Amino acid sequence: MRMTSLVRSAAITAAAALALTACGVSKTDDTASGSDSSASAQKLSGLRIMVPNSPGSGYDQTARAVSADLQSAGLSGSIEVFNQAGAGGTVGLARLVNEKGKGDLLMQMGLGVVGASYSNKSEAKLTDTTPIAKLIEESEAIVVSKDSPYKTLDDLINAWKANPGAVPVGGASNPGGPDHLTPMLLAKTVGLDAKKVNYVAYDGGGELMTAVLGKKLGFAATGVSEVVEQAKSGDVRVLAVTSDKAVEGLDAKPLKDQGVDMVFTNWRGLVAAPGITDADKKKLVDAVTALHGTDEWKKTLADKGWADAFVTGDEFSTFLTTESDRVAGVLKELGLA
Amino acid sequence: MDGLNALLDGMSAALTPMNLLYAFFGVLLGTAIGVLPGIGPAMAIALLLPLTYTLPVEQAIIMFAGLYYGGMYGGSTTSILLNTPGESASVMTAIEGNKMAKAGRGAAALSTAAIGSFVAGTIATFCLALLAPQVVKVAIQLGDPDYLAVMLFAFVAVTTVLGSSKIRGFASLGLGVWIGLIGIDPTSGQQRLTFGIDQLSDGIDVVVVAVAVFAMGEALWIAAHLRRAPARITPIKGRWMTREDLSRSWKPWLRGTVIGFPFGAIPAGGAEIPTFLSYISERKLSKKPEEFGHGAIEGVAGPEATNNASAAGSLVPLLTLGIPTTATAAVMILAFQTYGIQPGPRLFQDQGPLVWTLIASLLIGNAMLLLLNLPMAGLWAKLLLIPRPYLYAGILMFASLGAYAANGSPFDLWLLLFIGGLGFAMRRFGLPVVPLIVGLILAPRAEVFMRRALQISDGHLSGLVNTTFSKVVYVLIALLIVAPFIWSRVRGRRTPPEGPVGPSSPTTGADDARVHANTEGA
Repeated sequence: MRMTSLVRSAAITAAAALALTACGVSKTDDTASGSDSSASAQKLSGLRIMVPNSPGSGYDQTARAVSADLQSAGLSGSIEVFNQAGAGGTVGLARLVNEKGKGDLLMQMGLGVVGASYSNKSEAKLTDTTPIAKLIEESEAIVVSKDSPYKTLDDLINAWKANPGAVPVGGASNPGGPDHLTPMLLAKTVGLDAKKVNYVAYDGGGELMTAVLGKKLGFAATGVSEVVEQAKSGDVRVLAVTSDKAVEGLDAKPLKDQGVDMVFTNWRGLVAAPGITDADKKKLVDAVTALHGTDEWKKTLADKGWADAFVTGDEFSTFLTTESDRVAGVLKELGLA
Repeated sequence: MDGLNALLDGMSAALTPMNLLYAFFGVLLGTAIGVLPGIGPAMAIALLLPLTYTLPVEQAIIMFAGLYYGGMYGGSTTSILLNTPGESASVMTAIEGNKMAKAGRGAAALSTAAIGSFVAGTIATFCLALLAPQVVKVAIQLGDPDYLAVMLFAFVAVTTVLGSSKIRGFASLGLGVWIGLIGIDPTSGQQRLTFGIDQLSDGIDVVVVAVAVFAMGEALWIAAHLRRAPARITPIKGRWMTREDLSRSWKPWLRGTVIGFPFGAIPAGGAEIPTFLSYISERKLSKKPEEFGHGAIEGVAGPEATNNASAAGSLVPLLTLGIPTTATAAVMILAFQTYGIQPGPRLFQDQGPLVWTLIASLLIGNAMLLLLNLPMAGLWAKLLLIPRPYLYAGILMFASLGAYAANGSPFDLWLLLFIGGLGFAMRRFGLPVVPLIVGLILAPRAEVFMRRALQISDGHLSGLVNTTFSKVVYVLIALLIVAPFIWSRVRGRRTPPEGPVGPSSPTTGADDARVHANTEGA
């Protein structure tokens, strides 16, 4: 599948980029620490990172972690992280697009902003921006309660196809968000009209998980981190994960290993304003690449439980275009974009 | 009693001088930040969380508990003194509390809020310690039809606070519903009532609306009438509560606890709706219903006890299932995760001592809160001695700060001005403000629950009444509507008619706005 090869080639590029930075330093061995790998990148100054939603959100945490690690690794002077909330990130996106040519501004974004830019019919699109890097990703999980009649993915899909209305799907995002897109794409992949999917939006993972445990739903689609503990204790059953490979600590096979040809993850990355100079772009890409090699960042990933999904520059650009088309396609079909 | 023993162990872990110092700092900072409108407990904790990172896990949790209850409490101070609710759970406190403060009884209002918070917080924390596993089993069975039934119950109950003019009351309720429905429809993803303005698509923050109609509307009203009204200084009556205040407060505290804790424990409960219900029940049960609208102490004691009890209740699903049901609980999970603790269904087994330390710390933080705030009540109350032009200039600045802090968006300042203008107009035309806030909070939720219930039943109307709980609530609603008629009929037969007297007769609802106009404007 296109998506998988994309991810694989991206991983290779990322590895290559890493190797390059390591070489550029001083041909030291593999224990290159943060300050070593930073030597290849120019130190940034006066950088601002915009978070397009409220403090404490996932984007906010990511942006603040990036900022802290860039500074502690000596890759940047002090960084201003600020929040520009509104319309699922499209208010921030519009601002970024307006700050055309400014090389000192990054926006934290992710799949949610892609969806919101279409469902809000935003004039500014992510394809207008200068993609810098995709940083992390999280697989989505297909979850049922432990008492659910659906023991396997096949059980679920057969019942779902037979009577989609009677199998309500819960998710913790509004239409256009990752939990909404997952069942819609899944429906399309298994040959079910996405319009027939009975999607029930919940306000946050807590409400959703309660509905799953209370057996109110047919199944739920949500980020794996929301379900790991419940799955370990046996309160819920994860029938599949949407990533390319199985997720550590979760006893569930990927969709594509169960005969459903679909890979889809919720990811987060950084983009810069449109029309910035190649030098500015290179500076930002180099800094983020160097960041990716630091021990600080590795520790952050481990502490937060984020899966590395590092892709930069043009590779990320291609990914963003494909992903945008894919999201726009589903949302148009549903009459949402 | 295993739970009690474990709690005592937790107590002994938490009660060291160093730990008490951290608890004190937590409470102090929590209160200070919580006082700012727009910064609710969730944001206060998110902002202060980094402070705890450098501490060992137990001390961090102790400080954290202080922050949590401190932040919950802080909102009531500005509600009472400045008519500027710091967060949506203390909106109801502002209604009677501010009237009390204006009548020179601010210290009594602050005291009943502080003691009520302490009493309710303590009882609810004990409930959390001893009953959490049982409570959560019931809570998790509740679904959308049940929530909808509860919302409708609140709606019906609320019609009694519509004021003496039903038309004005419904107009205000309608305005609230309108503002509440602005934004992206969560089911279909369509924008509603946003007029193409992107910033409106996330909906309007309840705090911005509450601050605008209460504080802004009032400041504008005062400014418009200042020259006509003689400057009079309200004498400050008493530094504390009188014996009468106390005897009128204790029942509302306990009722508030009973209403607040289960609402906090159910995943879609929250703290706002139980404060409405508490306010309404106090109003109905009060021996002096005529005081409501002029500063009835029950109207402060009940809702304040309720919101603290629900704060403790919201820890039930967090600690027993690892599910965060409020923004504050979600931030709390982050705090746990920094220490490599993943809250989940096995938290009590895996991290037993830590959980009990947390619960013990909540009790300690709560007691500390009382010690910190009670002596301050008299001092705070003197704030209202500031001459009005300065006082209201200060309130306006504070309100703007709060509206901005909620999302860091300049757009919210325009919104504050606009809705503040609306609040002014409502006072001018005698529209009560309470129904607006009620409509604003209840309507969008009721809508969501109804649609979800219908979605899950695939469109069958039976999906709205297919649970025992919802059926029971609908019977209660029917009783609530029918009972007054029967009651007055029975009474009418026994005694000669002397006008409508029953507790829910329309005349009991004092028209807040007009009362306000009379005391302030004339």
